Amino acid sequence: MAGALTYTAVDSTSLSTAEIYGQALVELGRAHPEVVALTADLAKSTKIGDFQKEFPDRFFNVGIAEQDMFGIAAGMARAGLVPFLSSFSVFTSLRAADQLHTDLCYQNVNAKVIATHSGTSFGQAGSTHHAICDFAVTRGIPNLTVICPADGYETYNAVMTAYQTPGPFYIRINRGFDRVLYKDTNYGFELGKAVTINEGTDLTIIATGSCVFQAFEAAKFLEVNDGLKVRVLDMHTIKPIDRDAILKAVMDTRRIITVEDHNIIGGLGSAVAEVVVESGKGCAFKKLGIPDQFAPIGLHEDIMSMLGIDSNGIINAVRDLMKMDFEEDDDWDDEA
Amino acid sequence: MSLSKQEWLALEKKAHELRLLCLDTTSWAGSGHIGGGMSCMDLLTVLYHKYMRIRVEEPQWPDRDRFILSKGHAGIAYAPVLCDLGFNDPEMLKTFNLSGSKMGIHLDSNKVVGVDASTGSLGHGLPIAVGTALAARVLGKDYITYCLLGDGECDEGSNWEAAMAASHFKVTNLISFVDRNECMIDGKTEDVMKLEPFTDKWEAFGFIVKDIDGQNIKEICDAIDFALANKTDKPVMIILHTKKGAGIDFMEGNYVWHYGAINEEKYNQAKASLEKYYAARVARVEKEAQ
Repeated sequence: MAGALTYTAVDSTSLSTAEIYGQALVELGRAHPEVVALTADLAKSTKIGDFQKEFPDRFFNVGIAEQDMFGIAAGMARAGLVPFLSSFSVFTSLRAADQLHTDLCYQNVNAKVIATHSGTSFGQAGSTHHAICDFAVTRGIPNLTVICPADGYETYNAVMTAYQTPGPFYIRINRGFDRVLYKDTNYGFELGKAVTINEGTDLTIIATGSCVFQAFEAAKFLEVNDGLKVRVLDMHTIKPIDRDAILKAVMDTRRIITVEDHNIIGGLGSAVAEVVVESGKGCAFKKLGIPDQFAPIGLHEDIMSMLGIDSNGIINAVRDLMKMDFEEDDDWDDEA
Repeated sequence: MSLSKQEWLALEKKAHELRLLCLDTTSWAGSGHIGGGMSCMDLLTVLYHKYMRIRVEEPQWPDRDRFILSKGHAGIAYAPVLCDLGFNDPEMLKTFNLSGSKMGIHLDSNKVVGVDASTGSLGHGLPIAVGTALAARVLGKDYITYCLLGDGECDEGSNWEAAMAASHFKVTNLISFVDRNECMIDGKTEDVMKLEPFTDKWEAFGFIVKDIDGQNIKEICDAIDFALANKTDKPVMIILHTKKGAGIDFMEGNYVWHYGAINEEKYNQAKASLEKYYAARVARVEKEAQ
């Protein structure tokens, strides 16, 4: 990708995902005078302080007023600016849901929502600050593109792609540091196209966000210890979903597990299931995520472990699903 | 911009024509938000026929003044204004509210030419207007953003978030109005959810407030002139004291006419009332104009 980030792995591990977003925003600000930044008293938490310092006249902190922030951004976008709105994902998807739906998406304006502290990544704050249904909300809104990057490098690619692509975007990133999946930004990120992290024919794990790294770890473990070839897809774009990659996984591996830091209702698992069911092809299928309950309190990695969306949980789910038999033929008619 | 007698009479004539067109549109649609449409028609007429810098042949002209109709249900008054100006084919009004039409109750800015924001969900317009006005500052443009809120709409907290922002950011290139017709769907505003002391509220939020007769074109012009000449760092809010269904005797001040159906008998009665109303207003101009 042109102008790609040249951070080393050291840089990426020394910068949180939100800090990388903050740097990407500064880059965009320097190159494009129409880029403006808005936040609702979360400039520090969402790491856009550098933009504020460099472009004070293009930075707007509206106070703790998310609905107002979305309306202001919509007005700015229609006048020709490109607003980046930064707040916690629980607020961007719920507190301001009507404004996201109507002001940004119905009007189809060129505004980009950076939803931080997503999933259970602000685990200790409790369920008021967990975003466990934002995929369900955002997937249901027309015109909106939804991305959930796996790490800081992918966040950079997502932010740059959002700028380059007209229309409203919802980019969901975590609080704090993410495990680094990619070596740099040059791995062929393409909007709406899953990245194959690991090739395999026995089963496909389709993961998003922080779960991609965990899925990759699980696949490496299963290859060494169980002799399984597990395909891992980084499904960074939740909407529009990569139908081709899902259908290929059905045909090639006949077994799919989805993993997400989100309720199992309405998120990645549901999106994948919709594609599978509409295809008319059957496959063994398991959704890993938050089992339709408010998540426990704790450190993000602990919560992921408790929910079974870390590498151990994924390994167990793979072993269970491998016990399900499928015919090797192409006769789909005799399958229940 | 002082208002000459000739200009005042011309605006009265245009407002009358637009009220009739609003009535026709309601009749074609079978029903509509005619009460809150009529109460704001004088403002819409004054804005679009005296103050706003717009280009019908270039609707997206970047330097145009903007108008955000936060009380989006008044689309039945707004659509006639935009069609009469030539932004859209007036024939479209005959499809208002009908299946497959580009014009629903709440106008879609991506379908109806001249609409600066898609509104309908209440409490959205003022934030959008603040953003539109702030954008002018960032872009170095001198356009003015006008925004009209309903009074019942002011129950929504998002308006007050935006009011704080307008004041905090000193958004003086925004001129706001509230159509204070004192009615909402379920009753009078003061019965459903008390707004008073309404002027004090806006003042407390940092606005300069003008309370005027919203059915008096001269007073509307004077208030807008005042707001345009404002040299303070406070935004201006103009509270238009109006009547729901203004000009139609059996609707005036009656909250039931927030939304209503018009049959032939009611149409004829309304039309006759509007003609009388216009005659009385012309007589007032003759008496009061200098």
